[in-house]
Amino acid sequence: MPRRSCSAATFAARFLPLTVPALALALLTLSLTGCGRKDAARAPSPGTAPAASTAPGKKILLYGNGAEPQDLDFQIVTGVPEHHLALTFFEGLVSEDPQLNVVPGVAERWEISPDGLLYNFHLRADAHWSNGDPVTADDFIQSYRRMISPALGAAYANMLWYVVGAEDYTKGKLTDFAQTGFKAPDARTVQLTLRQPTPFLLHAMNHYAWYPLPIATLKKFGALDRKSTPWTRPENFVSNGPYVLKEWRPNQKIVAVRSPTYWDRTTVKIDEIHFLPVELADTEERMFRTGQLHVTNEVPLTKVAVYQRDRPDSLRIDPYNGLYFYRFNVQRKPFDDVRVRRALALAVDRESLVKKVTLAGEQPAYDFTPPDLAGYVSQHAFPADLAEAKRLLAAAGYPDGRGFPKVELLYNTLEKHRTIAEALQQMWRKNLGVDITLFNQEWKVYMDAQHTQNFQIQRAGWIADYVDPHSFFDLWETGGGHNDTHWGNPEYDRLLRTALGAKTTAARYEIYQQMEKILIDEMPVLPLYFYTYSRLISPKVKGFITTPLDNFSWKYADLAP
Amino acid sequence: MFRFITSRFLQSLLALFLVITATFFMVRFVPGGPFTAEKAVTPEILRNLEAHYGLDQPLWRQYLDYLGSLARGDLGPSFKYPNRTVNEIIFDKVPVSAELGAISLAVALVLGIALGTLAAIRRNTWVDYVASSFGMIGISIPTFVVGPLLVLALAIHLGWFNASGWYGPADRVLPALVLGIAYAAPISRLTRGGLLEVLNQDFIRTARAKGASEFRVVTRHALRGGLLPVVSFLGPAVAGILTGSFVIETIFQIPGIGREFVNSAFNRDYTLVLGTVILYAVLIMALNLAVDIAQAWMNPKVRLES
Repeated sequence: MPRRSCSAATFAARFLPLTVPALALALLTLSLTGCGRKDAARAPSPGTAPAASTAPGKKILLYGNGAEPQDLDFQIVTGVPEHHLALTFFEGLVSEDPQLNVVPGVAERWEISPDGLLYNFHLRADAHWSNGDPVTADDFIQSYRRMISPALGAAYANMLWYVVGAEDYTKGKLTDFAQTGFKAPDARTVQLTLRQPTPFLLHAMNHYAWYPLPIATLKKFGALDRKSTPWTRPENFVSNGPYVLKEWRPNQKIVAVRSPTYWDRTTVKIDEIHFLPVELADTEERMFRTGQLHVTNEVPLTKVAVYQRDRPDSLRIDPYNGLYFYRFNVQRKPFDDVRVRRALALAVDRESLVKKVTLAGEQPAYDFTPPDLAGYVSQHAFPADLAEAKRLLAAAGYPDGRGFPKVELLYNTLEKHRTIAEALQQMWRKNLGVDITLFNQEWKVYMDAQHTQNFQIQRAGWIADYVDPHSFFDLWETGGGHNDTHWGNPEYDRLLRTALGAKTTAARYEIYQQMEKILIDEMPVLPLYFYTYSRLISPKVKGFITTPLDNFSWKYADLAP
Repeated sequence: MFRFITSRFLQSLLALFLVITATFFMVRFVPGGPFTAEKAVTPEILRNLEAHYGLDQPLWRQYLDYLGSLARGDLGPSFKYPNRTVNEIIFDKVPVSAELGAISLAVALVLGIALGTLAAIRRNTWVDYVASSFGMIGISIPTFVVGPLLVLALAIHLGWFNASGWYGPADRVLPALVLGIAYAAPISRLTRGGLLEVLNQDFIRTARAKGASEFRVVTRHALRGGLLPVVSFLGPAVAGILTGSFVIETIFQIPGIGREFVNSAFNRDYTLVLGTVILYAVLIMALNLAVDIAQAWMNPKVRLES
């Protein structure tokens, strides 16, 4: 909170009793000068807050979790709030430590065949469900079977398509599950046969699509591949991770308590985590200040600078494995001309954009992959070269922007995207003499426009599903589900197919370098910056370390009294 | 009276049917669907999802199916929240919104009628100016400004309340106050206007001439007629206030139906959109009927005829 003088507010406050308008004025002044006490984050009034229910010695962490989760059946959800909850309740075969090393999860060890196609995971003997049952290999196999079954219709089923037969099974071309590459040779071995080498498989398996489900419990409430059965209700819910579900009051809170059966329970330090669904960043920030939240889901854009200055120990900005970009429709004029696409890309001042507009420590993007992504460092970057941009635009037939066709930039209705779009609109007008108009649509209409390629240039973002450059190059395959630019390049597709078969990581990364070169030459999308994840976090919270995918294991976190 | 109510009931039923039909088709023709998402699902998975919810059927078939289950009182499953039904969501959240609404309405009526009456009987004095300024300010400053201002002052600076949430009795105070003030403002203006009109009429002069005290004149004789505009305002207002306020519920993190009403449209949660629209329509119709009856009782000039 800014530590400025409160004189304006005090002045107004003296006249408070006089009139009602003065009250409103005083409050307004109070908020504008923002004068607050330094210890703004303090305990709320007793008996009312979730914080106040803290029994002595019990560590309860209050976590702002964004929107209300759709469900706790993690095979049918897709959102970020659900992701945070999945990490709390479940554990897959392997896990990741904060430094992104693959560490044992339910599997205590594993072997990979020399050709990279056969994986054998050996489950630990002390892995248990929260009802005391052991976690078996069959639980994993049946969970995978459910995940890829056509009847369930899981949105993330394709995360399992690395395994032989999985894709055909989802598409209904294969009905005999026994013919897929998911096997359980015995009660404590899970065997996966891949259709091609997938060097990042262990990282990809951190995704909740790979978590096991309590199969015996699910079966009690109906057929395995049915959704919407009551197994996710708190009274029925069973999990195998560090926490178990105690209470779920929709739109109020989800209470997770330490699991008494988790194999690594001695590492877990916090007794309870309360997930509060708070949609507005401003509301979160106010709750943080009254002590109703220890960790928020985001920070209001306008408050980042304030916290940076006054309470830097409460502000956390972590790199986030994602790219903010603009997507061109390469079939619509004028973006069918690569020179126009390049001109627009080269004429953006990304340094100013991240310093003055986006404000949360983002990295300007001059290539297509976040910096140092699992050891991959792009050797190609396009320059911020205004002279070259002007030359390209003139060569395309629009010297100084003359005769440039009418262009609409589409973004989804959100303050942040509008501000960024306005900044770019200015830059292009000033640098190139090109005028574009801005056009916003409500989220689903905008998504529909994207998937039907009904736009000229469109704001977009991509957060990777696993930490590997492949997750960024995979996007631009000809006709790929997220490409949506109409752009395609046979050489690029060929390289993408050969990458996974490369003998060593170095050889594979060399192929990605060639692919990145193609992207920079043809510029089907315009990279702007690499995301960061910012949140407010109480200095009392220790050991809260996130990976660039915003994966974090609650078992390393602690809460000081 | 009986004929009036029966005929109004049948009219409402027809209107409700039209509302349901229009909503059903309108929400389907909006671009994007419940499964439109940033992470594109493959066409095969999309087909599986649609088959699960019966969206692969022709639209007229889905419409008839919906009407069928509606007749059985089943509003269907939610698309956004797969393990909850629309019935459950409505039964879960309406009481919360109704509680907030009832408290706010009490605040609004007490504050609004008191201020409006004071303003009318002390016309063109400072009392009138203060009360009228309150009315103007209350009408012109939206709740999403008043709400955070009150939170800043009373929760963050003074520490009397939580910044948001719906856990204990104290959490009811701020949202009810904000919502109450928003409705008190127009009520005070309407009361003042209505009362001024009545106070100039002959029967008031008669009452005064008969020696009735000013208090008695206002409460016994004038208010009954003076509140007529307030009562017509209250019909739709009560429906709105009871079904929740999207803004208040979002700012204060209240698990009410108002948020579902708006968010369901953003989520293209077809069944939840319909469920909340039906709820709202039924309430409006019922309350408008109640208003008509109340007006007939309060105003001798109005008779209940269809």
